[in-house]
Amino acid sequence: MTARTAGAGARRSPRRTAGSAGRHLALLCYLVFLGFPLLWLLSTAFKPPGELATLHPTWWPEDPTLANFRQAFDEQPLLRSAGNSLLAATAAAVIAVVIATPMAYVMARHRGRLARAATGWVVVSQAFPFVLVIIPLFLVLKELRLINALPGLIMVYVVWSLPFALWMLTGYVRAVPRELEEAAAVDGAGRLRTLVSVTAPLLAPGVVATAMFAFITAWNEFFFALVLLKSPEKQTMPVVLTHFIGAEGVADLGPLAAAAFLATLPSLLVFAVIQRRITGGMLTGAVKS
Amino acid sequence: MRRRALLSAAVAAPAAALLPGCAAGRDDRRGPDGTIRLRFQSLAWQQESVEINKQLVREWNEANPRVRVEYVQGSWDSVHDQLLTAFEGGEAPDVIHDASDDLADFAYGGYLTDLGPLLPRGLRESIPERSWRTATFDGGIHGVPFLQEPRVLIANRKLLEAAGGVRIPTPDDPWSWPEFRAAARKLTRGGTFGVAWPLKEPVSSTLNLSLSAGGRVFHRGTDGKAEIRFGAADRVVPGIVHDQVNTDRSASRGTLGMGGSDTLPGFFAGKYAMVPLGFSYRQQVEQQAPDGFAWTVLPAPAGREGLRQGVSPQTLSVARDCPYPEEAVRFIAFFLRPRNLVRLARGDWMLPTATEALADPALHTERHGWATGTALAGELYPAPAQSVRGYPEWKDKIATPALQEFYSGAIGMEELGTRLVRDGNLVLARYQR
Repeated sequence: MTARTAGAGARRSPRRTAGSAGRHLALLCYLVFLGFPLLWLLSTAFKPPGELATLHPTWWPEDPTLANFRQAFDEQPLLRSAGNSLLAATAAAVIAVVIATPMAYVMARHRGRLARAATGWVVVSQAFPFVLVIIPLFLVLKELRLINALPGLIMVYVVWSLPFALWMLTGYVRAVPRELEEAAAVDGAGRLRTLVSVTAPLLAPGVVATAMFAFITAWNEFFFALVLLKSPEKQTMPVVLTHFIGAEGVADLGPLAAAAFLATLPSLLVFAVIQRRITGGMLTGAVKS
Repeated sequence: MRRRALLSAAVAAPAAALLPGCAAGRDDRRGPDGTIRLRFQSLAWQQESVEINKQLVREWNEANPRVRVEYVQGSWDSVHDQLLTAFEGGEAPDVIHDASDDLADFAYGGYLTDLGPLLPRGLRESIPERSWRTATFDGGIHGVPFLQEPRVLIANRKLLEAAGGVRIPTPDDPWSWPEFRAAARKLTRGGTFGVAWPLKEPVSSTLNLSLSAGGRVFHRGTDGKAEIRFGAADRVVPGIVHDQVNTDRSASRGTLGMGGSDTLPGFFAGKYAMVPLGFSYRQQVEQQAPDGFAWTVLPAPAGREGLRQGVSPQTLSVARDCPYPEEAVRFIAFFLRPRNLVRLARGDWMLPTATEALADPALHTERHGWATGTALAGELYPAPAQSVRGYPEWKDKIATPALQEFYSGAIGMEELGTRLVRDGNLVLARYQR
């Protein structure tokens, strides 16, 4: 086997090798492009004030300091706001997925007029900019006494992420071969058993990916949180981050970078933990029965 | 800004339909024991300033246990959208920190209390009439102007002293605009530009500095309607900036698209000898300058109107929906007592509007250029356009691109004037029918 592999490698043409190297180079450039903002944020977070205002900034801090992190924690309630964000984003993701999964199943499996209309509505609903709905939404939530309450914000996040979650999950359900469910039925499994034992495991990566999408959307969301939450102790992370920005866009750059870096960590961690499952889910969807 | 316009438009219909059903005026500010609770939204953001704000709220609460004030942190970055939504929903903070150029929409929209009848005489008399005019709309006072900042020249002291024959200007003997142009030329050498104009937002800088040359741009007719003109006095300041960039090459072209903070690295590196900036930028300069960097504060150049400049002070307002406006105004009066105002001014590196606070020795020290700033306080007048309806649209759609093109040399003065006046008056006409 080793000899065959070596032989195959030896026979690889220079043109193929160059093509492969080119692809890797392109991939590397793309990775740098994607990773640069995060690396720059990290670098800025550890730079002292003097290094933040130089004409020729360095890639890495010459005199790294934790002062920006200390100042960020001293000035703003970062932990409390992160807790609020975590609660709102987790709840929104779980609720959105719980609602969207059965709906997506129905829309994917039953292709009647109603399902088509529902799909159309889901697509259309994505076209409304949030500034058009914020005032009516504010007034409705006020009547429900859900202004300045995390449950109100969670409700908004669920409603806001639901159409895309639904659309995303519908695609995953369609990728699960219908024949597998029919085979289970032939083997004597009931409807519920089929769903639990056959469909659900195949759908799990899609559900996780959708939940992640809903989580990250809610975690990063700024405007609804700004408008709907009044009390300082209920504010979420993105709102608190703006407190490092002053008039005319002047920013307290060091502490802002430190806080912003901390704010990106949950998204990164969530993605790192479940990315293998997402990839698995995508491959599952790619295989035709 | 686009979002702001959309939001403003979105407000009208649905809010009008839904508001009658809302509980406007509901008294949720008084607790069961009769204690009144007011919310004060502050936009203070620098550590020192936030601390002082919170400390003053604590002092008030200790002295006034029956009227409790809750400190709420807002953000300059999003305050307009946030307030607009909160006003429409009847959930606005009771005491609102903002800037006078942001108040017009809210004042004309009926969201703010007219403070005129409520202001204590001491507070009213402590602030000059010209400052009150910055927050007066439709004859009503809709905010208490309390902090303001002139535009100054922050200069590299070594470069200034090394350039032979450049007179150092003072508030008593400032540069004229032609002298400033000549000084910038002398300071331009060896890879150093004499001046760096950060003109990412060119409109307010241009209009406010133009007051010194007698420029107004916005003129009120006898019918109260505003009209845009662009005469000789209005052309002085833009003409000099244009010539510095395009003819003298004494101003960096690269900074025209920058904000004030963006110019500081080049300033510290000796690439620019002077940077026209707001007075509060001194804090950033002090904080970020490398060891041994010597800087100084010079007054902006003077024109036929002397050192006159337009400003939009920070303000404290009371929401129209606040059920306890008298208590809110009492808090404002406490907050702005001369001693407190000095603390706030030092915390924000700005100037107080009130004359007694302005006289405090702490604000007259030469250190960090405080004395230069306080000497300019008497020359600060309402920004020419801030009460003009339609100004934000004129600024965003017409004046900003026109001035940017002009300063970069893409269009000439005549074309600039045509666009500002012809297109601008069409915009204003829509707001003044």
